[in-house]
Amino acid sequence: MLKTFPKGGVHPPENKLTSAKSIKRMAVPKVVYVPISQHIGIPAEIIVNVKDAVEIGQVIAKSGGFVSSNIHSPVAGTVTKLDLIIDTSGYKKQCIVIRTDVKNEANFQEIEYPLVKDIILEPKAILQKINDYGIVGLGGATFPAHVKLNVKEGTVLDHLIINGVECEPYLTADHRLMLEKAEEIMVGVEILMHALNINKAIIGIENNKKDAIDIFKKLTQNNQKIKVAALQVKYPQGGEKQLVRALLNREVPKNGLPLDVGVIVHNVGTIFAIYQAIQHNVPLTERVVTVTGKKLENPANYWVKIGTPITDLVNEVGGLPEGTRKIVNGGPMMGKAIKNTDVPVTKGTSGILVIADDEASRGEPKNCIRCSECVFVCPMGLEPHLLMNLSEKGLYERASAEDIMTCIECGSCSYVCPSHRPLLDYIRFGKQIVKKLNTAKN
Amino acid sequence: MSEQPIIVSASPHVHSDRTSKKIMYDVVIALIPAFLVSVYVFGASAFIVTSVAIASCLLFEYGIQKYLFKTAVTITDGSALLTGILLAFNLPSNLPIWMVIVGSLVAIGIAKLSFGGLGFNIFNPALVGRVFLLVSFPVQMTMWPTAIVNNTNVVDAVTGATSLGLIKEGLLFGKTMTEISPQLPSTTQMLFGFTGGSLGEMSALALLLGGLYLLYRKVISWHIPVTVLATMVVMTGIFWFIDPEHYASPLIHILSGGAILGAFFMATDLVTSPMTKKGMVIFAIGIGVITVVIRLFGAYPEGVSFAILIMNAFVPLINTYFKPRRFGAKIKAKIVSL
Ligand code: SF4
Ligand code: SF4
Repeated sequence: MLKTFPKGGVHPPENKLTSAKSIKRMAVPKVVYVPISQHIGIPAEIIVNVKDAVEIGQVIAKSGGFVSSNIHSPVAGTVTKLDLIIDTSGYKKQCIVIRTDVKNEANFQEIEYPLVKDIILEPKAILQKINDYGIVGLGGATFPAHVKLNVKEGTVLDHLIINGVECEPYLTADHRLMLEKAEEIMVGVEILMHALNINKAIIGIENNKKDAIDIFKKLTQNNQKIKVAALQVKYPQGGEKQLVRALLNREVPKNGLPLDVGVIVHNVGTIFAIYQAIQHNVPLTERVVTVTGKKLENPANYWVKIGTPITDLVNEVGGLPEGTRKIVNGGPMMGKAIKNTDVPVTKGTSGILVIADDEASRGEPKNCIRCSECVFVCPMGLEPHLLMNLSEKGLYERASAEDIMTCIECGSCSYVCPSHRPLLDYIRFGKQIVKKLNTAKN
Repeated sequence: MSEQPIIVSASPHVHSDRTSKKIMYDVVIALIPAFLVSVYVFGASAFIVTSVAIASCLLFEYGIQKYLFKTAVTITDGSALLTGILLAFNLPSNLPIWMVIVGSLVAIGIAKLSFGGLGFNIFNPALVGRVFLLVSFPVQMTMWPTAIVNNTNVVDAVTGATSLGLIKEGLLFGKTMTEISPQLPSTTQMLFGFTGGSLGEMSALALLLGGLYLLYRKVISWHIPVTVLATMVVMTGIFWFIDPEHYASPLIHILSGGAILGAFFMATDLVTSPMTKKGMVIFAIGIGVITVVIRLFGAYPEGVSFAILIMNAFVPLINTYFKPRRFGAKIKAKIVSL
């Protein structure tokens, strides 16, 4: 039996339409729109002015605090505007608008980075560089990477886990990266192990990516420290707590972090970004994005510059198909629906999913038939039907006592409810209020 | 671009293809084998009682929702249909039609809609209907047509007591099981359904077939049916082991009366059963114990309906005390060595 987490989970249809498509390079856009808040935490502070000329990789916004991140220019060009632009969150956010200098060859050079295996930097310098080079979690949560790596003296840390699960249906960005950059990822893993002084690492990959598992099996064959583990396919295995439970049989305490059980988890995309930063001095200004959907002419995976309008991506795959009803930034389970494609790609954009026709609308909510499906699938052991009920009635104290804050918003409950109840909508709402009440108390 | 507006709703953006309606109709499908056996054994009367129960349940739901409560009519969701079938399955096939209609009114009007409709009722509507009839019309409700298969395989039905009734009566008059046994139908007859009893409860095999279908379709989990039956086997087994002359064997207890119908179809009613696996097991043990106590020591020969209704009342309590285990609860930050 392959490993997996024991409690809850669902099996949405995988629909990995693009897993056989190698990552192509998107043309450099004429204009990039770079939001200063692409990570969880404090927005970065803009340090350029309108009309400034910027180089590729130049810092254009500086980390605004500890939980924040630097932002670098994805292109060489001129800052034309500092403006409020609707980003993937649906809210207007500060953006740096840069017009690409079409005459500057640097913009169009395709650099082939050789594989560099030797790790020269000392741990401290590595961590500093990860901070400086704007690296955030690329799995979707966009948590600044240096914060996660900032381990207090005396913390016992024995495992680094590499998240190559990609349990979201449709998305194949991590899958393709693992196939195409496996050796670089291996070096990235070693860099982090060196930096954190950990000597065990496990790369967790779901069994629907057998080719990736095989590659890493080969690469880790004679490696005593780094192992690869095939996992049973089950959503939300990419959730940190679920993954740690699946791979190491350790349960992260309620309200705790993987760190509490001696583990640090990083996504494969983040690991590759770290490799690029440490070995090639390349800051995070591009990422892999899966552009997909059943009705798209030619769904594919792309290397995309941060700040590229999603419109460009959609045009590249043949435009929005007839009957498009929903555009999702991310996967179908946790992604955010966006109003239109005039929104830039950010560090957290793992995919663009276009949903057409009736697949886009939800079923009409009916009475709860108390079937317990939501309870059975909740990976956190919660009672979603109860939490929804409590949020609906405004009983936030009770919702809090029923552990509403531990919900990881995986959506398994809403996915499975046969009465189409908007469970997660209400739970999210309840969480926001409970959070406010808690801050007010402290 | 499409003319229809773009939808901006929160995640998740996909949904499984299960719906409450499909679940209800799956239960209906699972009941078909037992229904067919019933029509074969009892003839047209089984068909008529079932049809009347279904029709009146649907009509009462429609009428009450439309004219009394003035709310949305939900008769297409499959739930009233199911209540009708299950009520009929718990009635003798020769019950006067007007009583079937009264039972339906109680089931839908009182047990379901007055509590707030589907999902809000505490007690299993079909069982409330049945118990109401049993208490109000004890004579008609315990006159069972008994099916007898004669040597040409033609089925006749005559009125008589159920196996459980025969046992209870026999023991009451000081007979021993050895003396009572010849009057009881054989195990094979019980399996196939050629015994006396309510319309849908006689054929253990047909009901098991339906139960397996429900398990396969994941409409129910094994916890309730298996625990109910296992509890009954253990309890009746102990008494039978100690004094086989005065207690019927576990096999007779499982195969007769409403044990299998109750365990697979009545106790598993989604709305009125607990919402965690632990809770389900507690609930099912309760049903098993109460059923056996009523059967062995109570005034009625059969106790499944009462047992389920009594345990229904405990479900809110069970749900409060048997919660799913929260992820990471009671775990201290520590490293478990490998
Ligand atoms: S309650 Fe939260 S954690 Fe549980 S299934 Fe729903 S979204 Fe996932
Ligand atoms: S899955 Fe839906 S219908 Fe079933 S118990 Fe949960 S909320 Fe109720």
